[in-house]
Amino acid sequence: MADREVLLNIRGLKIEGKSGDDWLPIVNGVNLTLRKGEVLGLIGESGAGKSTIGLAAMGFARDGCRISDGVIDFDGIDLRAASQEQLRRLRGKRIAYVAQSAAASFNPAHKLMDQYCEAPVRHGVMSRSQAEKDAVELYRKMQLPDPEGIGFRFPHQVSGGQLQRAMTAMAMSCRPDLIIFDEPTTALDVTTQIEVLAAIRDIVEQFGTAAIYITHDLAVVAQMADRIKILLRGDEVEEADTETMLAAPKHDYTKSLWAVRSFQRAEQGAATDKPVVSLRNISAAYGPVKVLDNISFDIHARRTVAVVGESGSGKSTAARVLTGLLPPSRGEVLFDGEALPPDYRSRTREQLRHAQMIYQMADTALNPKLTLRKIIGRPAAMYLGLRGRALTERVRELLRLIELEPDEYIDRLPSELSGGQKQRIGIARALAAEPRFIICDEVTSALDQIVAEGILRLLDKLQSEFSLAYMFITHDLATVRAIADDVVVMQKGKVVEQGPKPEMFNPPHEPYTELLLSSVPEMDPDWLTRLLEERTRKGLPQSADQ
Amino acid sequence: MTLLMFFVWLAVVIAVSIALAWGFRAVATAVTQGEMQRALRNAPLTAAFGMLVIFVYLVVAILAPMIAPFPEREVVGSQFMPWSAEHWLGTDALGRDMFSRMIYGTRNTVGIAFATTALAFLIGSVFGLLAATVGGWLDQGLSRLVDVMMAIPSLIFALLLLTIFGTSVITLIMVIAVIDSTRVFRLSRAVAEGVVVMDYIEAARLRGEGLVYLITREILPNVTAPLVAEFGLRFCFVFLSISALSFLGLGIQPPTADWGSMVRENATLITFGDITPLLPAGAIALLTVAVNFVVDWQLYRASGLKE
Repeated sequence: MADREVLLNIRGLKIEGKSGDDWLPIVNGVNLTLRKGEVLGLIGESGAGKSTIGLAAMGFARDGCRISDGVIDFDGIDLRAASQEQLRRLRGKRIAYVAQSAAASFNPAHKLMDQYCEAPVRHGVMSRSQAEKDAVELYRKMQLPDPEGIGFRFPHQVSGGQLQRAMTAMAMSCRPDLIIFDEPTTALDVTTQIEVLAAIRDIVEQFGTAAIYITHDLAVVAQMADRIKILLRGDEVEEADTETMLAAPKHDYTKSLWAVRSFQRAEQGAATDKPVVSLRNISAAYGPVKVLDNISFDIHARRTVAVVGESGSGKSTAARVLTGLLPPSRGEVLFDGEALPPDYRSRTREQLRHAQMIYQMADTALNPKLTLRKIIGRPAAMYLGLRGRALTERVRELLRLIELEPDEYIDRLPSELSGGQKQRIGIARALAAEPRFIICDEVTSALDQIVAEGILRLLDKLQSEFSLAYMFITHDLATVRAIADDVVVMQKGKVVEQGPKPEMFNPPHEPYTELLLSSVPEMDPDWLTRLLEERTRKGLPQSADQ
Repeated sequence: MTLLMFFVWLAVVIAVSIALAWGFRAVATAVTQGEMQRALRNAPLTAAFGMLVIFVYLVVAILAPMIAPFPEREVVGSQFMPWSAEHWLGTDALGRDMFSRMIYGTRNTVGIAFATTALAFLIGSVFGLLAATVGGWLDQGLSRLVDVMMAIPSLIFALLLLTIFGTSVITLIMVIAVIDSTRVFRLSRAVAEGVVVMDYIEAARLRGEGLVYLITREILPNVTAPLVAEFGLRFCFVFLSISALSFLGLGIQPPTADWGSMVRENATLITFGDITPLLPAGAIALLTVAVNFVVDWQLYRASGLKE
């Protein structure tokens, strides 16, 4: 590898971002060397500057950012000195970019094929008909279903995982020398992630393309990269071959990243007391579309039920039935053995108080125009009748509980918090009602692993302190392993398997549970290869939707 | 040569405006304190200019009887007297002092326009937010009613209603407010629809919050920025509609001084190359621009972070 020609050479790269009237450093002097055909993994939390560096490798800085210092040399071309015209000729042709959310990056008004052909035709690499033929070829290589026909669909007619693969095919259209993958699988389910990872790896290998693979998931990068570079707040922490990095990380920060998935709560025996909340034979539908089919499970005090499944499996709908947002077509929800009215509008204030919810996207779950004092204070004022000094004291107490300094934070707006802090406020708001039952809807999936682990620890601590019952909706099995007592596996609106956690994580499994479990990336560079081989050998499906 | 003079004058006017705006901002910063002082210090010159103009209009409107050299409705000279030391802007078709009537006009026209816009906003945003929050039949009913009202050209509709209900100041305010509230309804409903689907509204509903709390505390703070911008625009439109109606004879009735009707009454002078009838129109234009400068600034502030 070391003898190959250097393709991209970045020296002393500094990037600054505008904040108010000042320029604050985002990246402080990072060096990066990428040889032809090599895959470099960039790892770091959000705010570490990974995406910014990725874009800088194309000579691009986002609005409000500027490349203030350093050299970016791409195959002998100085990208910082290059004219817009030169850059335009490079981008898409020799350097391509795959964005995190293909769904947001495709233009919804054009068919996939039209978007695929744009770059090769514009750059004069091939004619329209050649490009179309080439697209079908690449779609086939990416193992997309119906490679001849898929190009004539609109982005919304294609699933997320397929869209991400179509986007990778599109990036390949001019056979670039370098592709930048910016968290291409972060928004996908584990089972879908596998297909995309396998497809990306194959195609990169086949064409000998160099790639920068940006992610915050170590297990994923271990499958993809030859070398890994770790970033922390715009500084390089360390860089090494994947094997070395996984086996013997040098820096403390790297070690802490490696240890993140170590959190596991104490095992509890089987539940003995009466359940706090039970779903009994619930079926529900959105109009004519049936989403839940006869599901039943119990949630006990001081216990966490993890509801697992891919997107579309009906786990969030189960939560909507519980809260009363979606009255079920059949079945009932019991609270302390008594049936709750199906519609939240007919529930009493007391019934509403005891079932609280924490949302996935803290950004949309907190009113951006209210201060934390009001956001957290409102449930306390409303349900418990706290006023004036007592209310302020309660809000401060709740802030301390979620490990935020009250004096500093109480009058802030949500926009002045980090992602993890916002999620903590969501927790505090739920706690303010002093509930007995909390629904956590994918509360950690929008967060970095280190931050997510902090949230899980906090939730665990609060559970034992206040005897809370949790319903934990997630698609991440690592989270389930960390926090669950009982597991409910859902697929297509049905409960596939349920039981206490130790049982669920030991064979034998239902085939779908097996698929889910085996799809969780492991910190082993050969894991993906082994898994794919094994699946082929057993004749198991490569993924859920094929 | 005339063109050159025009540019020279234009440059002088702009320079004086900038100087005035700068001076106004300096004074305003000096007399205020705290949060407001910080906001004013960072205000752009256009906004300062806008505030200055509005401030001057306000002073003139409040102190009209003390500033105006002659009464509003009294004939003090012969018809169409030219500008002179006694009658600064000459006299009108009946021999009333133009300058005094301009000053009284500030009070009438601006006051009525402001009352109308405020009323239009009250009606439009209350129903718009209700429609978005409650949804269902209420939304359908209100939206279709508004569609019907908007299908009729507004000026014709206003003329029709004014001929039916008569032309008192109160009916004038009511009629224009109701017609303009349909536009406000549409905007506030559309903006609120985007907010209503957010998780924090769902959280508030699940908490068991009432409609009033939902609208005033959770939704309203998130829709104020576009509503404020619309207020500025709407104020200008209302202003123009009143002036247009007055020009047509159905607005503010003589002998009350009003800029719109003043243009109409003295329009003949334009034929003789006298620009006096254009001055009330200029006053309208200046206020319109000033209001929009201030609204732009407020909008910029509302869209940013707290600091």
